[in-house]
Amino acid sequence: MTITSDKDTATSGKYKVLGTRPIRQDGIEKVTGAARYGADITLPGTLHGKILRSPHAHARIRSIDTSKAEALPGVMAVATSKDLPIIQDRELNLAGGPRLFAENDLADKKVLYKGHAVAAVAATSPHIAEEALDLIAVDYEVLPTVLGWREAMKDGATLLHDNLTEKFSEARGAAGEDTGTKSNISSHLQLKMGDVEQGFKEADSVLEREYNTQTVHQGYIEPFACTAQWIPEGRLTIWTSTQGIFGVRGNVAAILDIPESMVKIVPMEIGGGFGGKGTGYLEPVAAILSKKSGHPIKMVMSRKEVFEGTGPSSGTSITVKIGAKKDGTITAAKFNMIYEAGAYPGSPMVGGVTSAVSAYKIDNILIDGYDVVCNKPKTAAYRAPGHPQSAFAAESAIDELADMLGMDPMDLRLKNVAMEGDRAVTGVPHAHVGLKEVMEVMKAHPHYTAPLGGPNRGRGVAIGYRLNGGGSGSSATINVIANGTVSLTTGSIDLSGTRVAIAMQVAEALGLSAEDVTPQVVDTDSVGWTGGSGGSRITFDTGRAAIAASQLVIDQMGARAARLWEVQPEDVEFTDGTFICTKNTNDQFSFKELAGKLMTTGGPVTCSAMDSQGGVGGALAGNIFDVEVDPETGKVDILRSTVFLDIGQAAHPAYVEGQMQGGTLQGIGWALNEEYFFTDEGVMTNSSLLDYRMPTSLDLPMIDTVIIEYPNPRHPYGLRGAGEHPIIAPLPAMANAVGRAIGSRMLTLPITPGSIIEAIKERDAKK
Amino acid sequence: MADKIHVNTTINDTEVDFLCESRQSLLEVLRDVLGMTGTKEGCNDGNCGACTVYFDGRIVDSCCVLGVEAQGSTILTIEGVASPDGLHPLQQAFLEEAALQCGICTPGFIVAAKSLLEREPDADEARIRHWLAGNLCRCTGYDKIIRAVLKAGEVMNQGGDARKATTAAGAGATDQRDVYND
Repeated sequence: MTITSDKDTATSGKYKVLGTRPIRQDGIEKVTGAARYGADITLPGTLHGKILRSPHAHARIRSIDTSKAEALPGVMAVATSKDLPIIQDRELNLAGGPRLFAENDLADKKVLYKGHAVAAVAATSPHIAEEALDLIAVDYEVLPTVLGWREAMKDGATLLHDNLTEKFSEARGAAGEDTGTKSNISSHLQLKMGDVEQGFKEADSVLEREYNTQTVHQGYIEPFACTAQWIPEGRLTIWTSTQGIFGVRGNVAAILDIPESMVKIVPMEIGGGFGGKGTGYLEPVAAILSKKSGHPIKMVMSRKEVFEGTGPSSGTSITVKIGAKKDGTITAAKFNMIYEAGAYPGSPMVGGVTSAVSAYKIDNILIDGYDVVCNKPKTAAYRAPGHPQSAFAAESAIDELADMLGMDPMDLRLKNVAMEGDRAVTGVPHAHVGLKEVMEVMKAHPHYTAPLGGPNRGRGVAIGYRLNGGGSGSSATINVIANGTVSLTTGSIDLSGTRVAIAMQVAEALGLSAEDVTPQVVDTDSVGWTGGSGGSRITFDTGRAAIAASQLVIDQMGARAARLWEVQPEDVEFTDGTFICTKNTNDQFSFKELAGKLMTTGGPVTCSAMDSQGGVGGALAGNIFDVEVDPETGKVDILRSTVFLDIGQAAHPAYVEGQMQGGTLQGIGWALNEEYFFTDEGVMTNSSLLDYRMPTSLDLPMIDTVIIEYPNPRHPYGLRGAGEHPIIAPLPAMANAVGRAIGSRMLTLPITPGSIIEAIKERDAKK
Repeated sequence: MADKIHVNTTINDTEVDFLCESRQSLLEVLRDVLGMTGTKEGCNDGNCGACTVYFDGRIVDSCCVLGVEAQGSTILTIEGVASPDGLHPLQQAFLEEAALQCGICTPGFIVAAKSLLEREPDADEARIRHWLAGNLCRCTGYDKIIRAVLKAGEVMNQGGDARKATTAAGAGATDQRDVYND
């Protein structure tokens, strides 16, 4: 295991390319404005599409009259759910899939949140399209608003869906048993080990708390955008900003009831996704408008539409009961986790249930998770889906438990850390983890013991454990160029520097420099099926595919060398970028020399490979924050911030640090600033980037990083994922820091200045 | 359909004229009329800074300026930051310091940081954080952006491209600073 702080340039030092910091190949386009994002393409004859959205959070659609809009000069097409074949052909299936997505793209019989799409217009300018929206008359029967989990779970609550019944499951991933009870609770997952009641009897200290978090948004800076061109009787091409081109292809084909082979998805650069752009909203609508108008259709959401009409992450309410012996051994933990799914089932509750205390060995656990629908936008994935909310609860409780026991908070964590072979609540034994090692690095870091240096200051620490699987499938193709460089083709959307991280693995395998590899992300016609960019899997999964393709390149080029040397292919070795004849070691070709001889030895070398093994595995991140709280105003200043991550082996350390720092930023926003404010009617009142307050450069200090490399045996170079883990621990670490600064625990996020003042008042009243 | 208005302006040292509707923003004109898509839209209400451009020497959110206001003005966009001789020190520093991840906010940050460094190449971390607080980045946590701007300031102090940079939009005089601080 190696440990690298951000002042160093190389990490483990085991590799020639991995662990160094080359300039990313797509960088120049992005610093000069040449890179093209979702909204940056305009085809000849393009029309502009806009969406009419529901002003009500819950209503039945009696009728939609589009005739006046259609009559407006400049309007070329209007669409409603009647134009989506899947909605006409099939009943809504609340279990998920394209029929449900279609309902979220254009509502059919009911609108279920303010901002739910109901109709779309294509016109010669975006302004005319907007004017036309005002001319569409929708007759709504307004229904009572079910504002959140509390209202949704009340006896006699208004039901969002007539046919939703509660499913009960005792195993992660199981479909569950249908209880037959009509409810706003779509699923109840219960995982248990041991006997919690017995465990609490064995405890010397028991803590019980309720923690709440609010609806938050991923906050990507680029709004959703796409352009669709459906050639009459021909193919449909969509240029879009998405985390997964093949997912969009399958979804669009199913919604429009056409073969997948008739759809081509061209990825544009993506201006942030964080999980939120795994799901498309605009593509099927743009396609229908293109079909109806005979023109390419460009659709770009406004920021308000992004907040109101796309999937945020769940608001939650989590109760915790946790007990430990005097020596710190946690004897039992019991959680009740309620996750708001928004309009349709599908919150990240399972992620919360399975991760909350999975970094610890706790023999007696009972966790109940609930997925609850309410009149808010249907939630979408957000970086380590469900994990930050449950970690906020678990890591806050464990921190407070340490105070009760009079223990150092890291000592309590280390006392209970899970080791290889220990079973988490999922029942699966931990594989090669490195949890203890990461915690030890955190505890030994100078930040952990540095003096706080003033009053009203506190230090908070927490860990974030991310369970990953990966393995949804990645393809890669390498073409050897005569000058000894290679091109690398994948279908993996580059959210944050994965092109260079994958290219570096190819360079390592082929003995080239990173600059010798030209990576590109291509459309669905041009590369093998590849799952979306999510789950911290791209550098790992697509990296493995690219390494496999590299091996094929080595094999084929070795055969060419054998032909030139008149030996058998097995008589050629490839070492440190050089092909060597084992029969006569004076016969050698560098990769570049041999690349120049390909056309005269049998033609080009082009090699493709795929990988779907998965195994990116779980890994641990952690944060330490020092804060100062102004007792007059409740303002929190972050004085010092250190983030830790076990990355296995860093491909490009600067972009690993970037993930750690960016995750920390989002976690801080979640902890201190961000939330949707709703009126009693379910209308979001802060749907701008002024009022939905994301951290600015003024709000943060430098974010120090500590990269820990505890190699992953399931990757040839030991890589783990980096993308998601760093958003988890900042929530509890910040709550713990503020709690220690003011001497009162903060149980609700965001921790606003007002809530801090209230907590200080309560604290003083108790004195 | 709305009547269009003829506007003469200078963009990236080139005289440009265009037709636009009175309701179109400068951002729309740049992107949709002139096809200059390097300037990005993140919010269209002046809160994210992705559409930052120079407008007569000041930095503005181009979504909050009307296209017709560009009459007679001098504008610099991200497309005009590099020169035929190479990248601006800020662009080079952003690459070297890995100061971008998704890159959608990058044009706005580079234009905004350029306007600071032309006036104050010695700007320290606190000053840079203050100046860039109107530009949102969701990927980086700002750490590497701040480091890149500090590095570019050093390069410009050592004679880098600072001189060339100040002439590009016709402004750069220190007497403009009060305008920025209000």
